Amino acid sequence: MPASLLWAVDVHGRVYSLSSAGQQWELGRDAPMEFKRVTAAQQCCWSLGCDSSIYLNVFASDLPVRYKEETYENQRWNPVDGFSERLLPSDRWQWSDVTGLQQQPLHSFQLPSSSWEWEGDWYVDENFEGEPTEKEGWTYSIDFPSTYTKDKKWNSCVRRRRWIRYRRYKAMDTWAKIPSQPMSLPDPFSDISCGGWEISEEPGDRLSLWVVSLQGKVWFREGICHHNPEGSSWEEVPLPGEVVQISCGPGDLVWAVLWEGKLIVREGITRDCPRGLSWAVVECPSPEVGAIHVSVGNGVVWAVTKDNKVWFRRGVNSHNPCGSGWISMVGEMIMISVGLHDQVWAIGCEDRAVYFRQGVTSSELSGKTWRAISAPRDGERCLCCGCFKHVMTICLCSTALDVFSLGMCKPSLWSPLKDVPSVTPAVLEEEVIPADGEEIQLCAEEALLSTESRGGPQWSNVDLEEAQTGAVLDLAETCSLSSVTTFTLTLEDGAEEHPMWAWVSGEGCSVDSSSQLNWFTVTQSVQSMSLSISPAQTAAWRRQIFEQLSERSRREMDDFKHYEQAIEQSVWVKKGAMQWWRDWKPHKWIDVQFAFEQFSGPDGNKDGILFIYYNYNEEKKYLHAFINEVTILVPVLNDSKHTFAIYTDERTKQRWPIRVAAATELEMYDWLALLSVSCCESRGIQGPPSKQAIWSITCKGDIFVSEPSPALEAVPYPTPCDQMFWRQVGGHLRMGECNSAGIVWGIGYDHTAWVYTGGYGGGFFQGLASSTDNIYTQTDVKSVYIYENQRWNPVSGYTSRGLPTDRYMWSNASGLRECTKTGTRPPSPHWTWISDWAVDYSVSGGTDREGWQYAADFPASFHGYKTMKDFVRRRRWARKCKLTTTGPWQEIPPIPLIDVTVLPCGAQSSVDTIPLWAISSKGDVLCRLGVSAKTPAGSSWLHVGTDQPFKSISIGAAGQVWAIARDGSAFHRGSVSPQNPAGDCWYHIPSPAKQKLKQVSVGRTSICTVDENGNLWYRQGVTPSYPQGSSWDHVSNNVRKVSMGPLDQIWIIADKVQGSQSLSCGTVCHRLGVQPVDPKGQQWDYGIGGGWDHITVRGNAMEPPRIGLLSQKDTAPPTSSSPLPIGIAEPNGTAVC
Amino acid sequence: MADDKDVLRDVWFGRIPTCFTLNPDEVTEREAEPYYLLLPRVSYLPLVTDKVKKHFLKVMRTEDVEEMWFEHEGTPLKWHYPIGVLFDFHASNTVLPWSITVHFKNFPDVDLLHCPTNSMVEAHFMSSIKEADALKHKSQVVNDMQKKDHKQLWMGLQNDKFDQFWAMNRKLMEYPTEEGGFRYIPFRIYQTTNDRPFIQRLFRPVSTEGNPHTLFDLLKEMCPDALTKDGCLQHLPCLPWTSFMSLTLNLCFSSSPPPKVESASLLG
Repeated sequence: MPASLLWAVDVHGRVYSLSSAGQQWELGRDAPMEFKRVTAAQQCCWSLGCDSSIYLNVFASDLPVRYKEETYENQRWNPVDGFSERLLPSDRWQWSDVTGLQQQPLHSFQLPSSSWEWEGDWYVDENFEGEPTEKEGWTYSIDFPSTYTKDKKWNSCVRRRRWIRYRRYKAMDTWAKIPSQPMSLPDPFSDISCGGWEISEEPGDRLSLWVVSLQGKVWFREGICHHNPEGSSWEEVPLPGEVVQISCGPGDLVWAVLWEGKLIVREGITRDCPRGLSWAVVECPSPEVGAIHVSVGNGVVWAVTKDNKVWFRRGVNSHNPCGSGWISMVGEMIMISVGLHDQVWAIGCEDRAVYFRQGVTSSELSGKTWRAISAPRDGERCLCCGCFKHVMTICLCSTALDVFSLGMCKPSLWSPLKDVPSVTPAVLEEEVIPADGEEIQLCAEEALLSTESRGGPQWSNVDLEEAQTGAVLDLAETCSLSSVTTFTLTLEDGAEEHPMWAWVSGEGCSVDSSSQLNWFTVTQSVQSMSLSISPAQTAAWRRQIFEQLSERSRREMDDFKHYEQAIEQSVWVKKGAMQWWRDWKPHKWIDVQFAFEQFSGPDGNKDGILFIYYNYNEEKKYLHAFINEVTILVPVLNDSKHTFAIYTDERTKQRWPIRVAAATELEMYDWLALLSVSCCESRGIQGPPSKQAIWSITCKGDIFVSEPSPALEAVPYPTPCDQMFWRQVGGHLRMGECNSAGIVWGIGYDHTAWVYTGGYGGGFFQGLASSTDNIYTQTDVKSVYIYENQRWNPVSGYTSRGLPTDRYMWSNASGLRECTKTGTRPPSPHWTWISDWAVDYSVSGGTDREGWQYAADFPASFHGYKTMKDFVRRRRWARKCKLTTTGPWQEIPPIPLIDVTVLPCGAQSSVDTIPLWAISSKGDVLCRLGVSAKTPAGSSWLHVGTDQPFKSISIGAAGQVWAIARDGSAFHRGSVSPQNPAGDCWYHIPSPAKQKLKQVSVGRTSICTVDENGNLWYRQGVTPSYPQGSSWDHVSNNVRKVSMGPLDQIWIIADKVQGSQSLSCGTVCHRLGVQPVDPKGQQWDYGIGGGWDHITVRGNAMEPPRIGLLSQKDTAPPTSSSPLPIGIAEPNGTAVC
Repeated sequence: MADDKDVLRDVWFGRIPTCFTLNPDEVTEREAEPYYLLLPRVSYLPLVTDKVKKHFLKVMRTEDVEEMWFEHEGTPLKWHYPIGVLFDFHASNTVLPWSITVHFKNFPDVDLLHCPTNSMVEAHFMSSIKEADALKHKSQVVNDMQKKDHKQLWMGLQNDKFDQFWAMNRKLMEYPTEEGGFRYIPFRIYQTTNDRPFIQRLFRPVSTEGNPHTLFDLLKEMCPDALTKDGCLQHLPCLPWTSFMSLTLNLCFSSSPPPKVESASLLG
């Protein structure tokens, strides 16, 4: 979990943040003024300033916030001028939007606020639907509104072209004031809450911001999204009463507190309607004392009543946002903040300390105890600014907002103080006077009077009248407090004993009950620092222990080797009852005895045999496998059986492993761990994977690694692919990429980026089969999908009553298996649900507003709108589940990725930087800075601009960067060099005819791509002087993914590979006969599969043995006797690492 | 880089060259040759002396044979201490091989427990496993194990099978990462200078301030005397400052007191 921030405001209005990995509160130094409240999301923080304006602080990210403005220039042909800007009267504007309905000249585009800047000037888009256009980017048509082509024809009467200009949000990491609208709001704001980022399917893409005005009105900020962090406008939300405070959770929960102490709950909040539809009233926990504060999370609601009691709401979820009942909790608090994972923070009533609720888990949402956060604040001395601020904030936070409104009415008195010297005399005067509460009360009443005398806004009368009793009471209380504080402040010049907090916001703080937090103890003494252990120290003393043990062995044993051993080595047999998926038809699970015999081989190596004893026609038989012949052990855990598969090279050929099932998961992992260790021992493999290792990932996300031998790429007789030995590495990934410097990056199903730490083991490998260092917790989140199917009938329209021949009304994608909401379980026991079922709108082909897709009949292609011919419809439901495991992987926050690529060959030294490129989940191209063998994680991202989102990227050995855009076209990045790591511009490469490309991989010089129909293409004609190449050559079909190695090896994941029983999908294949003279190779050699999803061979820079080179030499042209391809041998060739 | 497994292996495969000689008072038919053997440090005497017994019985009449026991320079050797502890305790300063005298008569009932069969050793071993797990995991792990798992652990020790033993023992050595270690670290401190057989008290892996305890902390708390002597910590210059929990994980041989070998030699 990456570090995230907890935000708080102290009683002086200063904003502090506390990192989940940190130990002290950091002061937000650049705040333009004192703040009243803050509300944080993970990517930004909103605050309410003392001037009652709203400020936004967008956290700096390597990924800029940029927005593409576009407009179209339209022209018509006439016989006199040719194409000219003279249009017909019935035509569209000369400058318009894409539809032609809106006039949009270039100068009409203004920056939305001073927080934005233009990235460059307007330019013409010269690409059209993935194809480069003729000069100047014009596209032609017969007439307006019509389809456009890039070719000018005889009947092309109109033409248009697109102009593009990017603007960029520049106010990162500073507090930028949200400009007030032209139609300014009637009254200042008093509360603020953001959330709602989990309503949309792309987390963090959209944000809901709710604010409360002093008048008790609620406003919703429209249009806040990733590329518009400020939002666009305020919309008033109708209310059943007057609101004092509001809270918005990360999902669809919004609760607010009314003046009279009742609570209201927003209902009908959905993806399409983040503002919700209506309010429902919930009685406050104790009728005589109303609620004063509420805070909501994903599935919890906490409230504080006016007597500072804390309450927890039972039974809250998105179907029942009102919950079912209140539970009284211990502790007296003035406010509460519920953050991510429903973790809870609060500010104590007595001591104004920030408390963290410990032990909040998904099964125990109310947690266990309050624990005060005792982190110190950073060195900053108390600014000793006005005590009035003090009074104001305390009043504000303690109970009644109305008191605060008093202050707001007299701006001269309550104006924010920029710094100490400029404290206005008026304030100073009064600051010195008060010795007891009455004085201040007096002045507050004065303020009150002055407001009324000034004839302040209508609303203040009403509010104040109602509030007066409470207000005066509160003032007496808080003022005495403040005067005491003033006293000490003046005397001791701001030496505070402990900070007094006014507000805390944990909405953006991603911690959970298992997080290690350093907030609670002050661990800064020198001694404790020296005792904390770093991994380097651990390694050092481990080495020392090892050396001492070796020394002892030498001392005690070296001269006595001829002595007899006290215990003779014997055979060890482990047995167990298992089930076996029998080899003959009808296939079924039968009970067998499973036995493993381990013995020491003649050379001291451990070896073993596996036996499966079964009964066949009353006859006892057995099947056996030698441990040193086992090529891979694959866990196939599903919800019905704890099975694993054992492959040998023979069984890989047949695509028919030995499948056995253990009685329990524990037993299965016991066996797997034991057998894996034995397999590795019998092959003499231990420790972490080598730098040359080949990594592969199954479609379940399991990670396997194989050590290549030089013979693997030998020509003409390479090691057969099915003899490769694969061992598992802990963790869960969707894809990975390695290079021969040992840098390995992976991407999880939830698009989190991970870097390999150099360890091994993790997952179910514990103890011996796992390294102690470099193993970390890894989580992954993915969605499980089911389909709701309906058929139309003339009486009742679409219903869930299908024809008898129809598929299940709740099914999987194919319709063959029934999948109900209640019956569908996570993919394996390791996954747990973390959300409820929700309609998924992000289905390819689009959906209507309710998520439905229509078709004429069931096994047909669906579309996102209803036509007359459609009789059936379906929609997809998604539910998220989460896996927590361990492995040698460390997270690289915060940008989610969909693809990553590393320069395949290693650098000269361990500190040389190695190019690494990636694509963010939004399609941005990123270049990682500071990656080296020593620091494989790198330091930061450099954003590389593109005109459209990308989906795949690859960098070759000579620094050639190729990428695939979402529209299926290819791009080549020019001038990438160590001096200019990001290159200078993109060159568009047309895709093969009628094919949309989806993935690219670049080896030493070869470039291969895979298209959406499973064709593998090789780029022909690539030379150093013409790196774009000339054409695409078809290599093969049924290809899912390709990985090119640093020696131009071609490895793929293939579908539809013939096995003994059936076709298998997802098989690792190796291209045979790849040579410089024949870079496309001859044929495929089939390896492990099916069920494989990813392979990367980019670390294997191991040259094949000499014999291969010699045979090559005979056939190669005399000018290039080296195995290097022709291009690189040229004197003007590009730099090769 | 040295890895945990290497360390565990070296601990497990530690051997002490030993010379067994028959007590000259024993009645023999002819002179008994001494018997040389490499004894595993991580085991118990009765488990590794079948060959010794067989060797000496060849020269003895059956009526002269009672229960076999061992003695080093006049001190009877307690079979229920691990061999490594016995060696470090009594003989670490003598010349190798370790010379042990074998007796078949005059069993010292005051000093030693009788050990009629290996099942006595098993019972003793399993009880220390259970005792240690009570400290480490409130006995949860050992209670969750099946009978056959206990058997595997024992057989691994008895037959000197590292993999077999550790396949099971690793479960006993696991702990939730967020807790930073076991509940308490099981240990025993054997001292020659003390009348008590050993010191054994509750000891947390992490101090109340959240810092990992070190071996130094343990010694400071349990036997401060040992620290005042010069040279006590010189044998293991870095170890006293490392986290005791890490030491435990690396140097334990079973779940019974892990660093006993080290501390015995340290304090002896």
